[in-house]
Amino acid sequence: MLENEALAFGETERDFAAVDKARVIEALTRVLPAGALMYDAEDLRPYECDGLAAYRALPLVVALPSTEAEVVAVLRICFELGVPVVARGAGTGLSGGALPHTRGVLLSLARFTRIVQLDPLARTAVVQPGVRNLAISEAAAAHGLYYAPDPSSQIACSIGGNVAENAGGVHCLKYGLTVHNLLRVRGVTIEGEIVEIGSGALDAPGYDLLALVTGSEGMLVVLTEITVKLVPKPLFAQCVLAAFDDVVRAGEAVAKIIAAGIIPAGLEMMDQPATAAVEEFVHAGYPLDAKAILLCESDGTPEEVTEEIGRLRAVLEDSGATEIRVSRDEAERLRFWAGRKAAFPAAGRISPDYYCMDGTIPRKRVGEMLTAIQEMEQKYGLRCLNVFHAGDGNLHPLILFDANQPDEMERAEEFGAEILELSVALGGTITGEHGVGMEKINQMCAQFTTAEVRQFFRVKAAFDPPGLLNPGKAIPTLNRCAEYGRMKVSKGHVPYPDIPRF
Amino acid sequence: MTTIENEWAERVRAAAAANTPLCLRGSGSKDFYGRAPVGEVFELRANQGVIAYEPTELVVTVRGGTPLAELEAMLAAQGQYLAFEPPHFGAGATVAGCVAAGLSGPRRVTAGAVRDFMLGVKVLDGRGQVMRFGGQVMKNVAGYDVSRLIAGSLGTLGIVLEVSLKVLPRPVAAATLSFELDEATAIRRVNEWGGQPLPVSATLWQDGVLHLRLSGAEAAVQAAIARLGGERVGDIEADAVWSAVREQTLPAFTPRMGETLWRLSLPSTAPALELPGRQVIEWGGAQRWLAGSADAGSVRARAVALGGHASAFRGGDRAGEVFQPLSAALATIHRRLKHAFDPAGIFNPGRLYPEL
Repeated sequence: MLENEALAFGETERDFAAVDKARVIEALTRVLPAGALMYDAEDLRPYECDGLAAYRALPLVVALPSTEAEVVAVLRICFELGVPVVARGAGTGLSGGALPHTRGVLLSLARFTRIVQLDPLARTAVVQPGVRNLAISEAAAAHGLYYAPDPSSQIACSIGGNVAENAGGVHCLKYGLTVHNLLRVRGVTIEGEIVEIGSGALDAPGYDLLALVTGSEGMLVVLTEITVKLVPKPLFAQCVLAAFDDVVRAGEAVAKIIAAGIIPAGLEMMDQPATAAVEEFVHAGYPLDAKAILLCESDGTPEEVTEEIGRLRAVLEDSGATEIRVSRDEAERLRFWAGRKAAFPAAGRISPDYYCMDGTIPRKRVGEMLTAIQEMEQKYGLRCLNVFHAGDGNLHPLILFDANQPDEMERAEEFGAEILELSVALGGTITGEHGVGMEKINQMCAQFTTAEVRQFFRVKAAFDPPGLLNPGKAIPTLNRCAEYGRMKVSKGHVPYPDIPRF
Repeated sequence: MTTIENEWAERVRAAAAANTPLCLRGSGSKDFYGRAPVGEVFELRANQGVIAYEPTELVVTVRGGTPLAELEAMLAAQGQYLAFEPPHFGAGATVAGCVAAGLSGPRRVTAGAVRDFMLGVKVLDGRGQVMRFGGQVMKNVAGYDVSRLIAGSLGTLGIVLEVSLKVLPRPVAAATLSFELDEATAIRRVNEWGGQPLPVSATLWQDGVLHLRLSGAEAAVQAAIARLGGERVGDIEADAVWSAVREQTLPAFTPRMGETLWRLSLPSTAPALELPGRQVIEWGGAQRWLAGSADAGSVRARAVALGGHASAFRGGDRAGEVFQPLSAALATIHRRLKHAFDPAGIFNPGRLYPEL
């Protein structure tokens, strides 16, 4: 029965029209204190979108529990009444993962803001999901420790959301993604069962459910507590800024750094339009005549950094860098980074709207991708700024558009879709760190086969048999893929032969 | 699909139709691990070969039956390695066996485990379907992270046809120091060092002696030696020590008649076990080996009381529970996942838990 249900959910989009709003409100009122349940349109409005503002929807209700017992009670009710549940942290996600379900409960974890325990000797922190990423590092700083993953939104984004998306950042080549920096999560299933996944040790018995839950976009379990690893703060860091008169040459320099056996703490690249946009905004002193600039960071003990910077400089010179600057002090290092970190707001400053993509490709294909993007700029009549985590091949093209102009948004979406499909064709993936959410759900069809999509639905059903957690996100139904018409074809087989075509 | 994949898919479908349990086996180097293997032996070594390796991408993609030693030699020729230092436990150990067992060596505490280096897999499930999850790139959040789920699943979810692993440059320098310290002091000391920016890459405590390996840039290793003191262990002797820990050839790892070698995975700061037996402490205090005849109930109870779990790694009753029993809620999820990948329950039945 389970098998059939899981597959049924995977075939076509589900309809929750039968959900009775009055009944949901009545049931939730019984388990939530005053002020923890909202259902008037003006109260729902702030929750209509996450960081991907192009997608908006009003939920049926917003629930704001502050205890785990309340989360259990809300989920039990949703389970009984068959109501969709969308969990939300700080709402900074970039793929619409926290986009409300119009017939569902938007479950905000914003009141779970407590750092439960910080153990400097064991180097762990137990935190609630609503704690901000940066707040963990701030709390750990007194002990010379920090939480390594640092997504650009770390001032605002919550750790619960970081786990849901397996968030990265500019230092993950050396320090890993969220999945590498977690020990344990505690959460509640749609059936209202409390589960402890992982442990205070480095592993846990049985299957690696911690890996499965990390990056699962709120589809498997609602988190109520998270144990993260803390690592010692490097004593010293220095940054090298290298300019290139050719983007392909800059890409080759990245490969040469890796080939030299160096894993920099950060390795970022920006193309000329991106450099110009941020320079105007933050005055970081970037060379404006360069076709591309690389930022390479080295951290560790002062001796280690000096040694590594020397090796980096040699490789960059050998790779044809036209200019190399090494940060002379902390202020200059931060200035080098200020531009890179301001890429998104800078795009927002020069264009009414922008659309940020997140494909990852093998490093060696970066030049090819950038050339293709230039052609796409002509094809769609839109400009694109390219910033990326060059060390791990994760691209963030920022497509500039104006939603008030007729069909610009559609063109931007098509532009983005083409970049993502090219990422897959080049041997990469449609999303490196922002998640699929609502935004890239169609492109999932280009990356996975029917069998794989079905398997994802079965995995979801292992945690969420009724399919109520964040339905319609992350994994496309086969019907959606058939309609989208761009499916992964393997070796001449017709994809989804058993699905009716439209 | 390759010829082997087609043949194997056919065989799996036939086994599923006939409810024939299959014992997935590479070289058999880890036959001792987990609950007793049962079923018709399914030889996986024929599926060998490197599919792609470009050192500058830091990724290698190999077929499951490839000997681990062959893979490591190929990486070493390019100055790279598998940073989780997987134990072989036998000359023929395969890559798929390494992934399925999910075991990591001395460097695990700072470098990460097998699962941390899994970028993608191609698996054959219990329906005879070939599927790919993850990929060959460093960052990938498209779909659930099935590749990491496969690591450590002891072959109960599918046959690993191909694996893409992240590889890293070998550290430029390494040095090993030794210190005479009692158990409690050693545990405290390695945790204190873990909180400082030191290039610690492995720790080992046994019989009042703590070995500490430092790896990284030459300057960082030299600075750490100057700061930490202790006694410098010669490079040849040091290599022998770390290899003996990784491959468990130290006498303390061999259970005598009637004994069990327990692996306790604990928070690194957990106090002394206070259980009878010979002990080896690794991973900055987070992995503790205990060879002796303490009864299973008291070992498990102690592990749980200390915030971790215990497994009967070698010896003992392989027909009973080998791994720490799961909570009811987690056991349900495990059963459903097993069913999702292997509905007929033919892959390594009972190897991990009796009901899987």
